[in-house]
Amino acid sequence: MNLQTTLTPTGKEQVTPPPLGRWAVRSVALSYLAVILIIPLLVILQDGFRDGLSEFWRQITLPAAWDALKLTLWTSTVMTIINTIMGTLTAFVLVRYDFPGKTMLNGIIDLPLAIPTLVTGVMLVILFGPQEALGSWLKEQFDFAVMFAPPGIILALLFLTFPFVVRSVQPVLMELDRAQERAAATLGASGWTVFWRIILPPLTLPVITGALLSFARAIGEFGSIVIVAGNIPFRSQTAAVYVFGEVESENRLGASAVSIVMVAIAFGLLMFANYLRNRSKTKREIL
Amino acid sequence: MSTINSPRPTLAKMPGSILTWLGKNKEKWTSSLLILVVILYVAFLILTPIIALMIKAFEKGFGAIVTSLNKPEILSAFWNTLWISVVVVVIHTIFGTLVAWVFVRHRFPGRDLINGLVDMPFAVSPVVAGYMLLLLFGRNGFLAPLIDSLGIQVAFAMPGMILATLFVTTPFMIRELIPVLEAFDTRQEKAAATLGANGWQTFWRVTFPALRWGMIYGITLTFARALGEFGAVLVIGGGVQGRTETATLFIYRALDEREYIGAYSAALLLGLFSLILVMGSDWLRHRKH
Repeated sequence: MNLQTTLTPTGKEQVTPPPLGRWAVRSVALSYLAVILIIPLLVILQDGFRDGLSEFWRQITLPAAWDALKLTLWTSTVMTIINTIMGTLTAFVLVRYDFPGKTMLNGIIDLPLAIPTLVTGVMLVILFGPQEALGSWLKEQFDFAVMFAPPGIILALLFLTFPFVVRSVQPVLMELDRAQERAAATLGASGWTVFWRIILPPLTLPVITGALLSFARAIGEFGSIVIVAGNIPFRSQTAAVYVFGEVESENRLGASAVSIVMVAIAFGLLMFANYLRNRSKTKREIL
Repeated sequence: MSTINSPRPTLAKMPGSILTWLGKNKEKWTSSLLILVVILYVAFLILTPIIALMIKAFEKGFGAIVTSLNKPEILSAFWNTLWISVVVVVIHTIFGTLVAWVFVRHRFPGRDLINGLVDMPFAVSPVVAGYMLLLLFGRNGFLAPLIDSLGIQVAFAMPGMILATLFVTTPFMIRELIPVLEAFDTRQEKAAATLGANGWQTFWRVTFPALRWGMIYGITLTFARALGEFGAVLVIGGGVQGRTETATLFIYRALDEREYIGAYSAALLLGLFSLILVMGSDWLRHRKH
């Protein structure tokens, strides 16, 4: 079929396996994905909509379910805003400045990926638990509860999603051509102007990608939140914890409906993030 | 504070000279300020909790950690975790490589869609992952008749927990290997074939060595994620003490029963284990390049 085939001394097509082997490899790979990923997904879709759309909607709008979804969405939003700002700043500092301990700081960024989220929850309880020094001090002095309240959820989410924005922005920032900045500065632009007009525009896509990844990751978080926030309906019960409760009390329809909403939001955002990432990649390759 | 180091000793003479200094050394103080903010943020957010856990676990001494961990129930929990993780790593190493290979080398309808689906576990809550399997294999599950007739127990048993962990860890191996395979120069394979190597030989002698580092990193990430999995194994396994209790499920139960020293020690051990795993392979990779 091509030059390589004719060069093969035995005259057989060897690099591209024969159609049969090719077909076998492909079907094994795809059936593996089907068994692991697609069948479970289809089952939950079927289960959530088994009593029709109106029943699905009723399950989602039950006060406890609705509140859990709202809490999940707003804590994830707050986390995403903080994480986007601090993550971009961290990437900027890591790429642009030299200071003692920089390599160590760069290594620490990835720690949250290596620590089980349940352990993250345990760590935060040790720091801010009502019986612990810092936690009780905050409670007495400022009447500020971290544990079993939204601040604890946001803190846990910030911990585990910290690498996403940093690692999404860092490589793009490294590739930026600094000649443009110097040119702008030579022409009299201030530091802020250079940042807003020259540095920020090419970073927009990676920043948004990192933010979307953080948000998508936060929607389903369970291990750290169940420890940090407990399971208090209407106050600190997130969607994942709600689903867990409904599974335990055998309310299948409620569990499936809320699960579908969570998966739809998170997966949609993830796909959008992938699309943006591919776009920024091809854009960089063209330039 | 920074005025002390200022090369311009004009502070005493002019009022507002701090502003002058700040104006003249704008670059310098903004950079120091930004570095300080980032270091404080990372120290507060990431280091403080880790240090707090270490202090708390070691509060009663190293001996207390050992005695609290040296109980048959905890050992069996850690054993379950290890066993599940190893099985998951082996399965994903084989099939993950295959999937990555098919994605990079084959073109077929629906490829982009399935490629996107691979990332799905990243977006699915572990609780939901466990629950999906419960819907399939649970008491009234879709596959319950089949499973019962075969006489296997999946839900509330090891097979279910392995499946749940497999689901959650699917993307790691595949996502690690796809870029490596894409960057790999297929001319090497063609050359090997030209020299008379068969497909299998070409894979083992030419392609596999190139994939090795990606694989090692994929294995580490899969392993670390599997060790720490909690929500999915809680839902499908039920956390039956001594039977389907993993290390994370033990920590959860110990906290619930206010058995703090055991919970903290186990959390520290589990955290350290995955930390060493990830940092170790990072270090290996850096040394290699």
